[in-house]
Amino acid sequence: MAGTFEPRIIAFVCNWCTYTAADNAGVSRLEQPPNVDVIRVMCSGRIEPAFILKAFAMGADGVIVSGCHPPGDCYYTNGNYKTFRRMPLVERLLEQFGIEKERFHWGWISGAEAIKWAQLTHEFTERVRALGPLNWSRQLESKED
Amino acid sequence: MAKKSKLKLGLYWAASCGGCEIAVVELREKILLLDEAADILFWPVAMDFKVKDVEAMPDGHMDVCLFNGAIRTSENEEMAHLLRRKSKVLVAFGSCAYEGCIPGLANLFDKDSILRRVYLEVPTVDNPRGVLPQPATHLPEGEVEIPRLYNTVKTLGQVTDVDYFVPGCPPQPHQIWAAVEAILGGKLPPKGSVVGANEKTVCDECKRLREEKRIKKFYRYHEIIPDPEHCLLEQGIVCAGPATRGGCGALCPQVNQPCRGCYGPPPNVMDQGAALLSAVASVVDANSEEEAARIVGDILDPAGTFYRFGLPASTLHRARLGNR
Repeated sequence: MAGTFEPRIIAFVCNWCTYTAADNAGVSRLEQPPNVDVIRVMCSGRIEPAFILKAFAMGADGVIVSGCHPPGDCYYTNGNYKTFRRMPLVERLLEQFGIEKERFHWGWISGAEAIKWAQLTHEFTERVRALGPLNWSRQLESKED
Repeated sequence: MAKKSKLKLGLYWAASCGGCEIAVVELREKILLLDEAADILFWPVAMDFKVKDVEAMPDGHMDVCLFNGAIRTSENEEMAHLLRRKSKVLVAFGSCAYEGCIPGLANLFDKDSILRRVYLEVPTVDNPRGVLPQPATHLPEGEVEIPRLYNTVKTLGQVTDVDYFVPGCPPQPHQIWAAVEAILGGKLPPKGSVVGANEKTVCDECKRLREEKRIKKFYRYHEIIPDPEHCLLEQGIVCAGPATRGGCGALCPQVNQPCRGCYGPPPNVMDQGAALLSAVASVVDANSEEEAARIVGDILDPAGTFYRFGLPASTLHRARLGNR
């Protein structure tokens, strides 16, 4: 249908907490928007900032990064420390590139928080929908000056 | 006659500062060896050849063209296509041609805001009539044209096919000579290779003492006199060494200056800025989100710091257009 924009959202989630939450949300039949593509990594500390940039460059309208709650939940003790040291800088970097703060969410969802996951995906999808398409790939393909 | 086997060489500069040209002269006495081995057919900065001389050459006439400078104007792009046609081997020479370099930071802005800033807003500019450069100007004698400025600074490889890449701002003379020798000796690596550099990072060449990286505060260069023996990153100075290809011999850290990243990403790193951000942020000594945000907040300009030399070649290429 013309004029309908369905945002494409990439969620990088850790195997032990947020992925489990997303899995539980599904098993519990919690309604979630189909816009979020989940990419499971072993730890949120494994999510290189380059992954996030690449997701936007390849056409994502929004990106979610989510792992285990600090301080103590990380399966690898302190992988999530790496995450919270990096992500504030990534946030500011994206803003300098003209990518709105609202298109990037990072935070924590434990395996027991399936409802929180379902809520996040709803709210985030609507937030990105309101911003409209990012279309970074078109900007890169453009042959204009 | 031996003359027949002389290498036909061209050198050109596009959007660059001229430092790459100086770097060629920095070959010093070896430049005489270069002259023995090669005929220079085109080198606007040093010799009086014209573009029409290049246009008159048959295609593929030059054996090698060392092209420095980024692609920022219509003229830069035309010359890139022309020299590609006339050269058997086109080398993106230096950081600008390879990855955009300092001119590439213009990609954080757009053409209009740059022109406005430079011609109208800079405090030392006196331009009461608000004259801006125009691509075409009518004069009594006829129409005068100057090249168009692009919104986006591009690398040489983004506008034409490039055979080899020589990194560095500027490339170090011993590395230039290594590349020239490889060309003269016909010992060229596979097409698309980075030549005149190493396979490991600047840290690998840096002699400074490394212990444990636990950063409580980042300093800007003017805020600290660094200890001359220890790793600069450990002292809270953003040093691009961990995310930069070696080959320079860690020149900057030797003189108490952090690596700025001019040799580009190491092999297999897809985005130098993201890799550097990751390396720098993960050694921040913070055990809570608030503390981490405060410490990395010392880095005032993440895009300019992490992508100082490689913005046009990076994953996102430029800041979003039409968003300011």
